[in-house]
Amino acid sequence: MPHLAVSHIAKGYDGNPAVRDISFEVAAGRVLALCGENGAGKSTLMKMLSGATKPDAGEILLDGKPVAIGGPSDAMALGIRTVYQEFSLLPHLSVAENMLLGRMPTRGLSFVVDWPEANRIAARVLADFGFPEIDPTALVGSLSVARQQIVEIAKALVAEPKILILDEPTAVISAAEASKLFDKVRSLAANGTTVIYISHRLEEVYAIADEIVVLKDGRSVLSGEVVELGQERLINTMVGRPLSAIFPKRKGEASRPVLEVEKLTLGDVFDDVSFEVRAGEIVGMFGLVGSGRTEIAKAIFGATPAKSGTVRLSGKDAGFATPSEAVRGHVAMITEDRKGDGLALDASVIDNAGLASFSRYAPNGIIDGARRRQLVGEKIRELSIKLADPAQPVRQLSGGNQQKVVLAKWLLVENIQLFIFDEPTRGVDIATKVEIYQMIRDLADSGVAVLMISSEMPEVLGMADRLLVVRDGRIVAELLPKNFQPETVFAHAAGIEAGEARPERLH
Amino acid sequence: MTEIATVSAHPQPALLQRFSRADLLFVAAILLLIVFAAVASEAFLTQRNLVNISRQLVTNGFLSLGMLMVIRTGGIDLSVGSVLALAGLLATGLQEHMHFSAAIAVALAMGAAVGFLNGWLTARFNLQPFIVTLATMGSLRGLTYVYADTPRYPVDEMFRALIGGAFVGPIPVNFIIFALAAPSVWFYLNHTVSGRAAFALGVNKEAVRLAGVDVNKHLIFAYVACGLFAAIAGVLLASRLGIAQPSVGIGYELDAIAAVVIGGGLLGGGGGTAVGVLGGVLALAVVDNVLNLFNVDSYYQQLLKGLIILVAVLARRKKA
Repeated sequence: MPHLAVSHIAKGYDGNPAVRDISFEVAAGRVLALCGENGAGKSTLMKMLSGATKPDAGEILLDGKPVAIGGPSDAMALGIRTVYQEFSLLPHLSVAENMLLGRMPTRGLSFVVDWPEANRIAARVLADFGFPEIDPTALVGSLSVARQQIVEIAKALVAEPKILILDEPTAVISAAEASKLFDKVRSLAANGTTVIYISHRLEEVYAIADEIVVLKDGRSVLSGEVVELGQERLINTMVGRPLSAIFPKRKGEASRPVLEVEKLTLGDVFDDVSFEVRAGEIVGMFGLVGSGRTEIAKAIFGATPAKSGTVRLSGKDAGFATPSEAVRGHVAMITEDRKGDGLALDASVIDNAGLASFSRYAPNGIIDGARRRQLVGEKIRELSIKLADPAQPVRQLSGGNQQKVVLAKWLLVENIQLFIFDEPTRGVDIATKVEIYQMIRDLADSGVAVLMISSEMPEVLGMADRLLVVRDGRIVAELLPKNFQPETVFAHAAGIEAGEARPERLH
Repeated sequence: MTEIATVSAHPQPALLQRFSRADLLFVAAILLLIVFAAVASEAFLTQRNLVNISRQLVTNGFLSLGMLMVIRTGGIDLSVGSVLALAGLLATGLQEHMHFSAAIAVALAMGAAVGFLNGWLTARFNLQPFIVTLATMGSLRGLTYVYADTPRYPVDEMFRALIGGAFVGPIPVNFIIFALAAPSVWFYLNHTVSGRAAFALGVNKEAVRLAGVDVNKHLIFAYVACGLFAAIAGVLLASRLGIAQPSVGIGYELDAIAAVVIGGGLLGGGGGTAVGVLGGVLALAVVDNVLNLFNVDSYYQQLLKGLIILVAVLARRKKA
């Protein structure tokens, strides 16, 4: 009898199905990898297992018996522990308090927290996990992002889980930390814990999993033992096409330099950064988390200006002090945090799309509603944004369509000479990705300069005409397509010899 | 893990590090104000005046500690002034029908019940606490006038003699009650499951929910405690003054919020300590007292208090 079985489960949000029909089963002590593109339904499935949300239809069975998981506490009572992709840590609280949230040890009266005991428990769990150096009394906010992820995982290990769900657990941790995690996963599985492992890093999946279930468009479309499923077949099932057909070909040639950056420096964030981007060219920028790539872009855009160095745009000085100066100076930046600073989620599509181009439809400060509808409408058609009504809140759109609204906002601004894209396809499904790639290539072909930051190696290698690799706030390599080998790029990004590079740490 | 490391275990870092530059400036400012007052006015450091200060800060003290508990959850309670008024009226007015201790019990139960209502509406229906408590603030003030549109006076002499008018040595009983309540708030915030959960949910409610914690229970508790404290403040005030007026307490919620903010509390959750709030209460009380000693017009007093809040918030502003 399988330990965990999911039978024809389905879930929708605001009428948009996120999970349509997923079924699988897994025996106790096995590691099951869930694979699929963004938007395939992995995260929604995980949320239903962990009680964060309830299924609309279908059943979850534990040891053959249907269980109702009405909330997170139900899941915990069943021994299901989840490590979420988005941090659920509280920066103002100590490591121990975060790990024991909801199950703090008490003494004497049952409501009095036993702090020494809490710290002892946390220290023991962290030491067992292989991280005795993390201080249980430290505030989580004072830890590095990687260490926070370790604490997030350790939180799930406090009570030995019967079912452990890991959602992209290695996205921000180092290779050494990841190998400790794999050791822990293996030892848990050996003791009978069933592990659900979600990752889009296929090399990791092949390293740790016993079996694989592939999700696509909210359905389970393929499952089997790892040893029986080849990578080629897996990728083809997930994406529905070979990788070579995804990236559009370049038409034009790079001409005059548009962006010229010289010796740009901001304290210990980035130092002595010099490069140029020419009209008609897509320059990729790759670096590991924390390398300073986003900060460089933000400095050019005036969001966090550099301390020294020069930026020129089409030969003119362009040391922008604020984003609004940059926009007036014909620069657009699509930020990586769509929900945080790209969109006002509860405002309408029209309001969001028109946010950067008031001058086109409100020259005297009074909005010409018809003109705005017309302008936004054009972009909605051009980008084929799927929506019921331009007046509906952006929140109701899927991730891919939300991203298109952000793009529409910037495409509505006239005479942009430089587009900066920071993670333009994060959280976007594969079909929309292809559309966005085409749109970026079209922009470049129309004579715009494009700077594209991405942590997805295939994307950056597929799109860039030239690649800058950033490490520790410096540009450490400039590569042309003939040198676009993932091992080479990664070796530069991580600062190691090419031979030591672990390609499984790549996207 | 050595024994020393676990013994020093505490949610906050070591003693000295716990004081930021803003905290030290804040303490320095209060001390400076006290020195200035002592030098400029002979009346300031007299026993009579100090007793006055200690009695007067009890009202805002209770309101502010209650407010702190709610603000740490990311919420706010605007209804405390109305609760204070109704509690005072119940504790005095009901003495016509029952023993004053029973009247006090009814008043306190009313405060807790209003707090429960605030917390329940906020938690259960995911409403904004500003709106919920704005509504209860208004309704309760109306209810207060319905119950008594003229002042009520205590029937039982002992109501004043035992509480508001009583002293132990030179120390007013009101102040002693407050001095006992304050550490219990500190204990709640730092050493109880509910207090820690309430703080955590003020930072990230979803994260706490996903940890399997009954978020609503702890949220409601904070509002109940706040309502109860407001009622205690109302009873103590009526007992000290020997009169309960339906119009008392209008705007008191602002003084309480001010004390929390001056003491380092963050509206929206994620900050504020009991010690800091006591400092805020003391600072406001001393400023009030000094301005009164110098016969400064009350309009200027309001102006100055507003400026103090702005300066305090600016001083505590996190560098971007």
